[in-house]
Amino acid sequence: MAATLPPPRLLPSGDSAVTVEFSRTIDEDANQRVLALDKALAASPIDGITETVPTYRSLLVHYDPCQIGFDALGEKLLPIAIQPPPPVTKARRWRIPVAYGGEHGIDLDDVAKALSTTPDDIVARHAGGDYKVAMIGFTPGWSYLSGLDKSLHMSRRQNPRLLTPAGTISIGGVQAGIQCLAAPSGWHLLGRTPVRTYQLHRNPTFLTEPGDRVTFFAIDHKTFEELDRAAEAGEIIAEQVDA
Amino acid sequence: MSRLVVASIGPASSVQDGGRLGAQRYGLTVSGAMDRLSLAAANTLVGNAPFAAAVEIGPFGAAFTARDGAVRVAISGAPRNADVAGNPVAMDTSVTLKDGETLTLGFARGGAFTYLAIEGAITGELVFGSLAVNARAGLGSPYPRPLQAGDEFSVAAASGASELRIELPRPLSGPIRVLLGPQDDEFDDANKALFLGSEWKISATSDRMGYRLEGPAIKHLHGHNIVSDGTVNGSIQVPGNGTPIALMMDRGTSGGYPKIATVITADIGRLAQTSAGTAFRFKAVSMAEAQDEARKFAQAIRTLPDRLRAADTVALNIEALSDANVAGHAVNAVDAGTWQVTAEP
Repeated sequence: MAATLPPPRLLPSGDSAVTVEFSRTIDEDANQRVLALDKALAASPIDGITETVPTYRSLLVHYDPCQIGFDALGEKLLPIAIQPPPPVTKARRWRIPVAYGGEHGIDLDDVAKALSTTPDDIVARHAGGDYKVAMIGFTPGWSYLSGLDKSLHMSRRQNPRLLTPAGTISIGGVQAGIQCLAAPSGWHLLGRTPVRTYQLHRNPTFLTEPGDRVTFFAIDHKTFEELDRAAEAGEIIAEQVDA
Repeated sequence: MSRLVVASIGPASSVQDGGRLGAQRYGLTVSGAMDRLSLAAANTLVGNAPFAAAVEIGPFGAAFTARDGAVRVAISGAPRNADVAGNPVAMDTSVTLKDGETLTLGFARGGAFTYLAIEGAITGELVFGSLAVNARAGLGSPYPRPLQAGDEFSVAAASGASELRIELPRPLSGPIRVLLGPQDDEFDDANKALFLGSEWKISATSDRMGYRLEGPAIKHLHGHNIVSDGTVNGSIQVPGNGTPIALMMDRGTSGGYPKIATVITADIGRLAQTSAGTAFRFKAVSMAEAQDEARKFAQAIRTLPDRLRAADTVALNIEALSDANVAGHAVNAVDAGTWQVTAEP
């Protein structure tokens, strides 16, 4: 049996949820452990757990205190949580089309200026990245990605925008994101994708899962319009390839 | 089938139920009733399951008219004047509206949310097992938005059952109880003491997504950016400006501000029913106490049917007194139209 790993912190999130925290920072190894614990709990459920929510560095475990108490749950979670995550053998990979710049990516020019380079170079660095869906949260389908090129790390905007468009492709700090619905955001808007990561009457309703791999490719604005119509009609326009 | 038509209604009113569980991992907001005990009480009065879909009425008045037959309804939650054709209807009772009759509800006298349950319950298209309205995500049924005059519900014809009242446990008073964490270590002892020792008021810029808390600014130890992690109903997060926000039912499923404390399950409905401008305090409790209270709260909802009484029997004096006290509260003068909390991922 492989050596076990340091135990995560069990932080109470009220009386009906516990945050199983593997790291305080964005950390690839911690995210692997989060996703591994999430999978293990799905495969062998613990009575009383009602829902799990994976994030970059912690797994939020919702439970029913009428069925299991905080201490008893912790005793069951810890032995699973200290197991080394199994190696990732196969992940889905999505190729996501993006119309960069112009009306679809109103911050592209400013980001290029701030980083003393050209918009084309920013697009090349962003589209050239190999990303992982670390978590989904905030609003339906909002996919938080790890793997952003270090040269693109920059602080969020001083003044968050109250509304940014559906499909926005953006960067903020060390994170990259695919936003599905129109929402407030303080991130830098590089482009828009016609891909809907969440669409109510489509099967599947949610396209991305934590752990999926993502790459981007540039499309022109005319192609965006065509793909957008197809996506609106329920077509899955993201290309899925085996990693 | 009968119809119940919304004759008039104020802002911040929508169809709510027990909420949309199971898809928080995809960012799907839970929503659901702000005051679950009152939702369950109203539903129990008309024989529905406790968390069946009902109308959550915001602080302003509303009126509902029966059409094409009689409709049996019940009200519970924030107290208000109610009548049918000039005949008063008490809170926590059922009433049958004859075809063409209108139930008129006044402003909330203290608290914010009153629940109108309809015998047979509101029906519609379930999404993740729920009809709850989440206006931001365009979810909810039969109307994926706040209710407006002219909206209507197709409902079962009234059963003709005798009217009932429900004797609810006396409402608790005193501080809103919290468990510290999950990120209380992002605050020093002085700021934790400031949070627990100060008087707070709910800001008028609050809504179903979050209640902003007016009081002293709470300072962080290491700045206000943490890596986004999961949220729960009642998470109290502290953004950069130091003004805590208690996350309510329409919260985002994740957030990037440190969470100093979490309101216990048994007290979330009390917080939801705290009027804007009313001073209150928080009190930290142990996990053992919080979970004991959560189990008692679940038990109270399960045993609501035992508290039903015939409507024509007299309520206990103590209950009447308590209600009279509540009735003395000032009208909640919130402009619900301005309720808005901004948030970002």
